[in-house]
Amino acid sequence: MSFLGWFLLTPLAAFLLLLLLPREQEKTIRVAALALSLAIFGLSLGLLAGEPRETDLAWIPELNIRYHVAVDGLSIWLILLTTLLTPISILISWKYIDRRVKEFHAFLLLLEFGVLGVFAAMDLFLFYVYWEVGLVPMYFLIGIWGHDRRIYAAVKFFLYTMAASVLMLASIIYVYQRAGTFDYPAILAMLASGKLTFTSLEQTLLFLAFFVAFAVKVPLFPLHTWLPDAHVEAPTAGSVMLASVLLKLGTYGILRFCLPMFPTAARENAGWIAVLAIVGIVYGALVAMVQPNVKKLVAYSSVSHLGFVILGIFSFNQQGFDGAVYQMLNHGVSTGALFMLVGYLYERRHSLEIQDYGGVSTPAPWLSTVFLITTLASIGLPTLNNFVGEFLVLQGAAQADFRWAVFAATGVILSACYMLWMYQRTFYGETPEKVTHQMTDLNGREWAAILPLLALMVWMGTAAETFLPRISAANRLILQQTTVNVPFNVQTPAPRPDVAAKEIADAR
Amino acid sequence: MQHLWLIPTLPLIGFAVNGIFGKRFPKSTVSAVAVGSVVLSLLWAVKVLAALGSLDTPHVEQYFTWFQSGDLRFGFDLQVDRLTAVMLMVVTGIGTLIHIYAVGYMAHEGGYARFFAYMNLFMFFMLILVMAANYLLMFVGWEGVGLCSYLLIGFYFLKQSATNAGNKAFIVNRIGDFGFMLALFLIVIHFRSLEFSVVLPAVSGKPEETLNLIALLLLVGATGKSAQIPLFVWLPDAMEGPTPVSALIHAATMVTAGVYMVARSAPLYQAAPLAMEVVALVGLATAVFAATIGLLQNDIKRVFAYSTVSQLGYMFLAAGVGAFSAGIYHVMTHAFFKALLFLGAGSVIHALEGEQDIRHMGGLRKKIPVTYATLMCAGFAIAGFPFTSGYFSKDEILLAAHHHHPWMYWVGVVTAGMTAFYVFRCLFLTFFGDYRGHHHPHESPWVMTGPLAVLALLSLGGGFIKIPQYLQPVLPREETAHDLSLVVIASSAGLIGIALAYYLYVLKPALPDQLAQSFRGLYRLVYNKYFVDELYDAVFVRPTVTGSRTVLWRQVDVGVIDGIVNGVGAVARIAGGVLKLIQSGNIRSYATWVVFGSLFLIVAMGLLVVNTAAGGAR
Repeated sequence: MSFLGWFLLTPLAAFLLLLLLPREQEKTIRVAALALSLAIFGLSLGLLAGEPRETDLAWIPELNIRYHVAVDGLSIWLILLTTLLTPISILISWKYIDRRVKEFHAFLLLLEFGVLGVFAAMDLFLFYVYWEVGLVPMYFLIGIWGHDRRIYAAVKFFLYTMAASVLMLASIIYVYQRAGTFDYPAILAMLASGKLTFTSLEQTLLFLAFFVAFAVKVPLFPLHTWLPDAHVEAPTAGSVMLASVLLKLGTYGILRFCLPMFPTAARENAGWIAVLAIVGIVYGALVAMVQPNVKKLVAYSSVSHLGFVILGIFSFNQQGFDGAVYQMLNHGVSTGALFMLVGYLYERRHSLEIQDYGGVSTPAPWLSTVFLITTLASIGLPTLNNFVGEFLVLQGAAQADFRWAVFAATGVILSACYMLWMYQRTFYGETPEKVTHQMTDLNGREWAAILPLLALMVWMGTAAETFLPRISAANRLILQQTTVNVPFNVQTPAPRPDVAAKEIADAR
Repeated sequence: MQHLWLIPTLPLIGFAVNGIFGKRFPKSTVSAVAVGSVVLSLLWAVKVLAALGSLDTPHVEQYFTWFQSGDLRFGFDLQVDRLTAVMLMVVTGIGTLIHIYAVGYMAHEGGYARFFAYMNLFMFFMLILVMAANYLLMFVGWEGVGLCSYLLIGFYFLKQSATNAGNKAFIVNRIGDFGFMLALFLIVIHFRSLEFSVVLPAVSGKPEETLNLIALLLLVGATGKSAQIPLFVWLPDAMEGPTPVSALIHAATMVTAGVYMVARSAPLYQAAPLAMEVVALVGLATAVFAATIGLLQNDIKRVFAYSTVSQLGYMFLAAGVGAFSAGIYHVMTHAFFKALLFLGAGSVIHALEGEQDIRHMGGLRKKIPVTYATLMCAGFAIAGFPFTSGYFSKDEILLAAHHHHPWMYWVGVVTAGMTAFYVFRCLFLTFFGDYRGHHHPHESPWVMTGPLAVLALLSLGGGFIKIPQYLQPVLPREETAHDLSLVVIASSAGLIGIALAYYLYVLKPALPDQLAQSFRGLYRLVYNKYFVDELYDAVFVRPTVTGSRTVLWRQVDVGVIDGIVNGVGAVARIAGGVLKLIQSGNIRSYATWVVFGSLFLIVAMGLLVVNTAAGGAR
């Protein structure tokens, strides 16, 4: 078993280790969880160097289910994002979580285990197992440590995603029945060589089943209404993990599985999916603008941001794919940071209503500055991370259909509207007495949690070349897979239908 | 290698130092860092330009790849050619003067370090904007200066009017940037690059429609940044910022970025005749429109703000009729006299402890003589008084306009008359007659009057720096016959404007009110700036907000979509009663259900798999 194979089990080991600790020793539990998750993050950096990054062992031989895991340019940064955000989540929960401390940290580590597995699984069954493992801890994070309406939100979250998972499970089994294996690379090889073919109807149905399962997770308009509730009710760490990592499971799944396995159906359905993505971008932004609750505002802004990711994917060209994957990471960093900062505000003022704030800049200048930088990252200011992703997505969309770019780019205007308006109402103006009373500036622990993300915003915004080459390489392959075994018959209308074809040629 | 990167990086270092440590520094250290970094940047720019000599071809320096995707590569690459050289000198030169002035102006204000940090950050982005070697890096500067503008307009963040103005500036600029970005996408689609050196020489082979579309979308960006119709509404409100900001960002440098961008894209515009015509019309319309509003404003800074909008219109007119170099000429001379007008206004406001309404001024000629003298120089320059800087650049523009369409010349002449009138109206009301306020005016310290004096000299004599000739290799212009009569007419318009202002506001001060009474309807329309803000608010802003709140959020999201989701849940609850158990609120029972559910699925799936495997074997 290679390094990767062992590495993916470390969060599970950490989870079990934590269970052994006595529940009264909360301090020990926190320190242990932080140390373990930091160690896991350190180990995950080894994935950048280590070759081979694949493990393939028999797991349940009777059903030909394998422990097949691998890491490529599509998953590596998502894995690092997850391992980075786990210790950060522990750090921001230091004071926030004061009951059932042991369970909380255990669930966080279990969540990490499931998510890392999803990003690495190369066996469809294994993928499904990890997928469910990732779902359950989040359900409890919301249901136990959430706010007043946590049960409603948790159940809604669970039912939404569970209903979707069932669809996916059925499709996985169908694919297994046809291919005789759960092994994903093997299935792709069979598709490429023509040993396995799906009829047009099969492709469409399977594609839709997978797609809906993933789209709920993204969430794509109009499947998004679980998200605002889940975010508002979740504790800060839950919101951070949900926004930064769990939403990416959906977009990752689409790019990893839906497109290569069902390329024709994916391309045939690209039109309406792109339209839904654009509706999501505009709709999410407009609804975000009028939210009186700051967490709901950020949640709806996620609907808008994730619309960009979907749009990039269904543009079917290199720029669209690269932008989409980069945007997944960007959203993880900047929206994660936003939720953290909203959490900081909440811990001081005990309210999420924007009207309870105002003039925070005066008593907490550094908190305001950090919030402003994060806001600017979120609205796509060049030199900060989101700009690179949004630019590539919109460029990709423009190449597929210029009208897509026109409508989607209005999201860039709207994001400035809702974020700056929220910022103004929260941080500027005269400071009400209550705010002056309760507001303190960032402490050392809070700085330690937010600084890595601030650094990433600048780094990813100015030195995208650290990240993009690996992403591009993986995307080039996916682009190839979505063209090899089908005739290139999708309407990628003018202006340049030859662009994608040329990229394929370049890639070869 | 000339290390061009040092020019923008020096102010960036100043920003970082003052931004992080400024609060702990004494004011003198903050000023030294802020002014020093800009002075060093100016000196380095001078050194680089001296070393590069005649600059017949652009000097490009490539640093690193910003990002790359497929066949597209975007780099952090800087370049200097003659056009950039002019802008570099204007930005760093005026920037230095205004930074020095601000040391005096801001001396008694809170947030001293924050102010200078933002100013230095602005210098960084503005220098990136003019030195970028590709459209994308230019866009970085473009959005970056917009950010600094937002921060500095809202500098007094306790005042809601200031933060409102900041938001308005950013959002209106974003509308412009929307057009700019779409133009970039189209350029990439058709040229597979955003490098100036690749795109601009290749325009000849492309279809005219495409070029027109690209050029018009770029113009949308320019109308935002340079406050042209229909996106000019943010600039007058931007006067909420401290006065040095108005001088540097909202008069001398940032707002001319649109003109610079059009001039930079000159080959593209020359191949897009429709877009050129639109540029000229937008410029001319803005020039007249803003000038009429300027006639009746009473806030000294707002008068100059509308004047800026109007003068920027002249620059667009120049670009639109093909006289790009005349436009840049006017960018430079305007930077001199408009920076001076604002800094002088700042000195007046400083003397009157914050008073900005010219109705409460008057008679300040004797009390603040240096400010008075320098402001009169600026007034004569903007009025196009013969042989001042404004005279030369405005003539270049008007002659080119006459060559294009004579009627444009005549509209331009009338506007020049109005310009002279409203600027001198403002100056006469401020400095002549009797003092109508209740403060004790005092002259500003030398750190403020020094820069005023330098700018006064430049306003008077700066026109002898013959920019069009210098730019000839980059921005060739058609030789137009130097028709003396046209020059005389244009200058006379300015003189008439000054004379009329003198008659109405010095000799017969009661007359303007009587005139306002007799044309009350028209007066109110213009005084209220044609109600454009109110119109935009009623047509765009309020429907969007209320529509989003009532229709999209309350009805579609909560009503329809969630209604369906909850409806499905309710149906299931009634039908099966299963959900009733789930709703118990008991965590342990949830866990049980999860386990049962998963088990059920796995078993069901296992059975299915075994069955199908068996079926397959048979």
